Amino acid sequence: MTSTSVRAEFPDPVRTPPAPPDRSRLRSFTLPMSFLAPAAILLGVWLLYPAVATVVRAFFDDRGEKFVWFENFDRMFSDPVIHTAIKNNVIWILVAPVAVTSLGLLFAVLIERIAWASALKIVLFMPLAISLFAVGVIWRIMYRDDPSQGALNAGLKVAHDSFSQEGVLPAARPSSDALTDRFVFTRQLSPGDTALMGLTAISESAVPAGAVQAADPESKSGAITGVVWRDFSPGGGEPGVVESGELGIPGVTVNLLRGSDTVQSATTENNGSFEFTGVSGSGYQTQIASKTFAQPYKGVNWLGESLITPSIIIAFLWTSVGFAMVVIGAGLSAIPRDVLEAARTDGGSEFQIFRRVTIPLLMPVLTVVFVTQMIGVLKIFDLIYAIAPGSVQNDATTLAFEMWKRSFSGQNKFGFGAAIAAFLMLLFLPYLIYQVRSQRKNA
Amino acid sequence: MRSRHWGLLFALALALSVIAAGCGGDDEEGGGATTGAAAAENISGSLSTVAVWTGAEAKAFQQVLDGFKDKYPNVTVKYKGAKDPGQVISTAVQGGNPPDVAALNSPGLMNDFVDQGALKPLEFARGVVAKNYNPDWVKNGVVNGKLYGFFFKGANKSTVWYNTHAFEDAGVEPPKTWEDLLSVGDTLKNSGVPAYSFGASDGWTLTDLFENLYVRQAGPAKYDQLATHKIPWTDQSVKNTLTEMTKVFKDPDNIAGGIQGSLQTNFPDSVTAVFQTQNPKAAMIFEGDFVPGVVAGQTQAKPETDYNVFTFPSVAGKGADYVVGGGDIVVMFKDSAAAKALIRYLASPEAGEIWARQGGFSSPNKNVDVSVYPDEITRTTAGALAKAATFRFDLSDLQPSEFGGDAMFTDLQDFMKNQNVDATAAQLEKDAAAAYK
Repeated sequence: MTSTSVRAEFPDPVRTPPAPPDRSRLRSFTLPMSFLAPAAILLGVWLLYPAVATVVRAFFDDRGEKFVWFENFDRMFSDPVIHTAIKNNVIWILVAPVAVTSLGLLFAVLIERIAWASALKIVLFMPLAISLFAVGVIWRIMYRDDPSQGALNAGLKVAHDSFSQEGVLPAARPSSDALTDRFVFTRQLSPGDTALMGLTAISESAVPAGAVQAADPESKSGAITGVVWRDFSPGGGEPGVVESGELGIPGVTVNLLRGSDTVQSATTENNGSFEFTGVSGSGYQTQIASKTFAQPYKGVNWLGESLITPSIIIAFLWTSVGFAMVVIGAGLSAIPRDVLEAARTDGGSEFQIFRRVTIPLLMPVLTVVFVTQMIGVLKIFDLIYAIAPGSVQNDATTLAFEMWKRSFSGQNKFGFGAAIAAFLMLLFLPYLIYQVRSQRKNA
Repeated sequence: MRSRHWGLLFALALALSVIAAGCGGDDEEGGGATTGAAAAENISGSLSTVAVWTGAEAKAFQQVLDGFKDKYPNVTVKYKGAKDPGQVISTAVQGGNPPDVAALNSPGLMNDFVDQGALKPLEFARGVVAKNYNPDWVKNGVVNGKLYGFFFKGANKSTVWYNTHAFEDAGVEPPKTWEDLLSVGDTLKNSGVPAYSFGASDGWTLTDLFENLYVRQAGPAKYDQLATHKIPWTDQSVKNTLTEMTKVFKDPDNIAGGIQGSLQTNFPDSVTAVFQTQNPKAAMIFEGDFVPGVVAGQTQAKPETDYNVFTFPSVAGKGADYVVGGGDIVVMFKDSAAAKALIRYLASPEAGEIWARQGGFSSPNKNVDVSVYPDEITRTTAGALAKAATFRFDLSDLQPSEFGGDAMFTDLQDFMKNQNVDATAAQLEKDAAAAYK
C-alpha cells in the first residue's frame, strides 16, 4: 500500500501515464459519500423529513384531512395563552443568555486565580450532566412554599427568624365578640372588673409548655384581673366561658390601655391569668399585645404567578453557567500571556485589563456561548414542565411548551401544534444565518 | 486502520436502527379460525394492551391478564402502562399502529377516537355488559347508539376522607348534610387544625368538588345538560354551585397551606397533609376512593383507626345517595377473535374479582361479590359505586380534553384565588364554547 502511494504522489512526469480521469473522480466521490451516507440518512430521516412535514402539516386542520391555509396561525396569534408564551420567550431570550454568559465569564476569571480550580470547575460543571427534566424536579422540590419542606424557604426562614422576635403563639382568633379583631377587650373596665379574653384556632400542640387549666378570674378591688385561654372544647364548647379542660395560655403580654396610651403591661401565668394592680378611675381596656403572635414566616412564593418565570430561569442558570464557565475558561487560557503582561507593565489596573484587553480577546468565545444559549433557550420545555405547578402553567408557558401541550398532552390538535412549531422554526432563522455566515467567514 | 473499521460499523448500526425503528411494532393479527363461539383453544394470537396503570396497579392488572391466559392458553397478551394513555395511543393511532385493546381514562377520549373512526364497536358484547352493569354505567359507553366501551375499573368520587384523631380532638362527627359539613369545618378550625386540604395544582380536584355539589344542587338532569353543553356555564345553577364553593374558599386559614399553598400542592401531597402522623395540616379531603392507595403508600395511617370515610353529604336535603365517579373505559381498536374474547372476559365479574382481592380497585360491575374486597372501607365505597341508583360520570372527563383537561382546571384554580362567581362562570362558558366549536 505505502509503496504504491508514494509512487502515485511523485509520478515520473515523462514515462508514467496519468490514471484515467473518470475512475479517479468516481473514486474520490463514492468513497467520501459512503462515509457520509449513514449520517446523511439519519439527518434526512430524523431531521429534514420531520421539519418539512411539520411545516406542511401546519396548513392542515387538527385531524390532518382538510387544507385550511393560514387558519392555524390565526388561531395561534389570537390565543391569549400563546401571547403569554411569546412574552415569556422574549423574557427568556433577553435575560438568560446574557446572565449565563456574564456569570460564566465571572466564574472563569475568578476561578483562574484560586487553588483547587480544577475541583471547583468540576463541581460547577456537574449540573450539566443531569438531564434538564431531573434538574426541574430537583428545583421543584427546593422551591416548595412550606419552609418545612422547601430548601430555599427553609434557609430564608432561618435567616428571618434570627432577626425577628419569637412570639408565644402562632396566629389565633378571638373566640367570641368579646374581643375585637385586634384583640382588644370591647367592654370598658374599671377596678374590680374581670376580662375574659378567649382565643381559638389554636392547636393543642401550639399551646406553650407549662399551661394548665385556665382559671376563672376573681374580682379584686383596686385591680383589673383577667384570663387569656384557649377557648375550645370538643364539639366547640361555649365560647367566652372558661370550661373545664380548656387550658390557659402562659407568657402572653397583655397591655392595659387608657384611651390610646398603654398604662401597664403584664404577662400571663401558667393558668392564663393576669392582674393589673394600683388602678383607679375608669375607661380602661385590655389588649393582647401583637408581639404575642409570631406568624410563622411563610417564605417567598417562588412558584406563584409573579415569580415563576424568574424561578425557572434560576434553575436554568444553575445548569448552564458551568458550561459557559468551562468554554470561556478555555478561551481565557488561550489568551497569550505576554499580552496581559504587557498591559500590566503599561500600568493598567486589573479591572482595566479585564475590560480593555481580556474581553475583546474573548469576544469570539463569548459570542459562541451567547448564541448557543440563545438557541437552547428558545426551545426551553423540560424545565417548564417539571417546575411549574398546574395552577401557574399558563403563566410560565413558552412556545415549545404550548406546542407540546396542544399536540401531545391529549388535546390532539396537531395542526395547531405544527403551526407553533413552524413559527418556532422561523424564530431560529436569524441564528442559523448567523452561524452559517460566521462559519463561512472562518473557513 | 482499526478505528476506521469501527467507525464504519457504528455508522452501519445507526442506519440499521433507523430501518428497524421504522418497521417496528409487534402487531400480528390474532388469527385462528373460529366458528361462532369457538372453543378456547381455537382462539389464538397476540394482543397488545395499553392502559394508565403502572407499578403496583400494573402488577395487579397482569394477574387479571393471567386469569385470561388460563382460559385462552393460545393467546398472548402484552400490557404496556403509560402515564398518559391518551397521548401514547393517539400517536400510535396516527402512526397506523394502535394497540388491540386499551383502557382509556375518559369517555371524552373515547369520543375522540370514535370520531376518528379508530374504534371498533362492541355490539357483540352488549349482552354481557348489560347483564353486569347498571344502566347509568352502560349509557356512558354508548356513542351514536352503538356500544364502544365499558368500565373495568371505577372510582367513587362522592367520598370525603377524614383524619379520625382530628375529628375526635374537635369533638365532631362525620356530617350528613353539606350545611353540617360547613359548621364541622368551623369547629375544626377552632380546634386548631384547618378543615380542608386541596391538591389544587391538580385542577381536577377542584372540578370533583364542583361536580359533587352541582349534581346535588341542580339535579342529575341538569348535570347531563351541562355535560353536553346544552345549557351554558353562565346558567344560574352553575353560579349557585360556585357560590356554594366560595363558602369553603372564603376562609384561607381553614385550608391547608392557604390558597397559595394549595395551588402549588399536587394531589398526593394534599392527601399526605391530612394523614401524616406528625402535625397533620388538615382534617378532611374531598376526593375519591383512590385516596387510601395514596395513604398506604405515603403515610403510616391505618384504616378506621387513623382515617375513615363518609359519603359526600346531601345539599339542601337532596342527593345523599348520588354517586359521581370516574372509571377506566375498555375499548377495542382492532377486531379479532382473541380481542373479542378479551373484551368479554374483562366485562365479566371474574376479571374484576381478581384485582378486587388485591385492593386499590373498585369495580363498577354489580355482579362482583363485595366480600372479596380486602377491607370494610373499600366494601362500602365500591358497593356504593356499583349499585348506585343514580350515577353520573365525572363531568370534566366527559368534556373535550382541551376544556375538561385544561381550561376548566385553570378557570377553577383562578376561581379559588379570586372567588368571583360571575367572572368565573363567564370564563368557563367562553372556554367551553371554544372547545365545543
